Amino acid sequence: MFSVSNLCCSRGEKRLFSGVSFSLQGGEYLHLEGDNGVGKTSLLRLACGLSPLEEGEICWQGQPVSESKDEFRSNLAYLGHQLALKEDLSPLENLLSHAAVAGRQLSVSQAKAALAQLGLRGREHLPVRVLSQGQKRRTALARLVVSTAKLWILDEPFVALDPAAQNALSEVINAHLSSQGMVLLTSHQAVSLAGQGRTYRLSA
Amino acid sequence: MSAFVAIVKRDLTLALRRKNEVITSVFFFVVVAALFPLGIGPEMNTLRLVAPGILWVGALLASMLSLGRMFATDYADGTLEQMALSPNSLSWLVAAKILAHWLLSGLPLVLLAPILGLQFDLSTNALWVLTLSLLLGTPVLSLIGAVGAALTLGVRGGDVLLSLLVLPLYVPALVFGAGAVEAEISGLGASAHLSVLAALVLVAAVFSPWASAASLRIALES
Amino acid sequence: MIQKLFFYASPQNFYPLAGKLWPMFGLLATGLTVWGLWLGMFVAPTDFQQGEGYRIIFVHVPVSWMSMVIYLAMAFWALLGLTFNTRLSGMMTKALAPTGAIFAFLSLWTGALWGKPMWGAWWVWDARLTSELILFFLYLGHIALTSAIDDPRRADKAGGILALVGALNVPVIYFSVKWWNTLHQGASVSLTKGSNMAQVMLEAMLIMGIAFWMYAVAIALYRVRSIILVRERHTQWVAELPEVKAHMMKNPLGGAIA
Repeated sequence: MFSVSNLCCSRGEKRLFSGVSFSLQGGEYLHLEGDNGVGKTSLLRLACGLSPLEEGEICWQGQPVSESKDEFRSNLAYLGHQLALKEDLSPLENLLSHAAVAGRQLSVSQAKAALAQLGLRGREHLPVRVLSQGQKRRTALARLVVSTAKLWILDEPFVALDPAAQNALSEVINAHLSSQGMVLLTSHQAVSLAGQGRTYRLSA
Repeated sequence: MSAFVAIVKRDLTLALRRKNEVITSVFFFVVVAALFPLGIGPEMNTLRLVAPGILWVGALLASMLSLGRMFATDYADGTLEQMALSPNSLSWLVAAKILAHWLLSGLPLVLLAPILGLQFDLSTNALWVLTLSLLLGTPVLSLIGAVGAALTLGVRGGDVLLSLLVLPLYVPALVFGAGAVEAEISGLGASAHLSVLAALVLVAAVFSPWASAASLRIALES
Repeated sequence: MIQKLFFYASPQNFYPLAGKLWPMFGLLATGLTVWGLWLGMFVAPTDFQQGEGYRIIFVHVPVSWMSMVIYLAMAFWALLGLTFNTRLSGMMTKALAPTGAIFAFLSLWTGALWGKPMWGAWWVWDARLTSELILFFLYLGHIALTSAIDDPRRADKAGGILALVGALNVPVIYFSVKWWNTLHQGASVSLTKGSNMAQVMLEAMLIMGIAFWMYAVAIALYRVRSIILVRERHTQWVAELPEVKAHMMKNPLGGAIA
């Protein structure tokens, strides 16, 4: 349902990678591996459509993404290195406004439940700026819980999480996979998720 | 809650929680309007003559000061990325950001202008036209400024570069805005000037969100 | 024909073409300049109102025309670049900008040189001169933006959007400045105050205009070759060029600076 073929990327004059192809079906996840600086984040940004394609193609449901951008984007949830959190808003306000911008309906109770699921019960109304780094990450991850997107592209989602939070995140991802969702993620740690998983090693 | 409303609401909430941003813009306008007479001299006849230009340039510079912030924070914390990935059209979301910017940086100037105009002994009609010209003109400044802000996102020397890019493009709004007040003072009537300003707002409102969105996508590519 | 255009859209193929063309344009420019200046300086009659000093218009007017034509050319290449995503378009825009800025500056400077003997001031806020000043600022802004962005592709695209926005604004700016000028009854620069422009004067200005155009093309083609070499310096074909090899032999450790 989601496939990329023959992607390449250059940083300045240096060719990072080329000829990258893979595909994902419902219920599958792909763990993108590679050394630092090899271009994993660049590949994820290409897959999202944030960076332009010099070569190759990205297809969603068999159609090139360039022809059905809105359709693709309404089924995509991206979590990059930046958390996309407003420091002066509360986690609840952040979730609600993010859902509205992404064109999704979200009720206050749903948002609160998602935050509780990631261990933020009681902190929904504090400004994000007073939360710890781990709590901020969990707030960002709460977006995934309420998302209706079928494809999740996650850049280092397990970073800065304590073991309890890592388990909570794994549960969230597993739930997504078991309802036929797809996940493309990078992680320096070993990834143990339910569902069909593959590893793709990115090298120069 | 539609995406447009959500963005306006978010930007307004954020600005009101850190009030100093709005206040510094307004304060700058007040200070500049007071500086000019100090530089020119207290002769009321001279000041009455130069008032429209001074007030308009002051509002223009105050509005320009806050342009750099339009997209910079969103770019830095990743919110802009999420907006670019939304199925909603980015031009539409950018229009929301521009509206929020105008509400925070332009509208206060419009409301303050008549009070500052009293310092220059402008007649009631002239004050009325001044307010109206700024009401029509400051959206043009926000709209054109948005394109400049988007082009210079994350670029070295950002704010000064932004001013250099945007000031030449501000000239039509300045000419017709200040010209409207002068026309009113000299008895010629400001309707022609105000109509041109209205036309500028409409054209800018159509083109600027689209050009800004294109520039933002370019900035997000790297 | 379209095939040929796409062939030359690649910097590798455009480089030798530009190399062959620029000397021809340079020669044309030189010839036309000599002819135009001869007409302007020696053949055109003395203006009975303005004396000999008026002759500076044979530089001032053509250079003003060209500063506007070059901006339009930049906007054209920008449109091409943004539509077809070609690298060469950005390079051409970058090659044209400095020449355009220089012409705009020359226009202002010759305008001032003309103005001082004619109406006693180094500068008047005439509609045309003021618009020219704003055009000069637009050029400076474009050069500043494209130099400030490190990534060449982003610089090209951002410069392209700026050039297009500027090109659309130039008529609006000109109109508004004209309005502003007439409203305030400012001084106006008239070329033909009182007298009819002699045929030969018009001829001389047109010839100088074309001469400056040829010069602009020649210098832009020459400049774009340097830009191509710098941008494509990591490619095989650049490394194999005789002039690059000779340069590398002289400075084995040195190389092109970005």
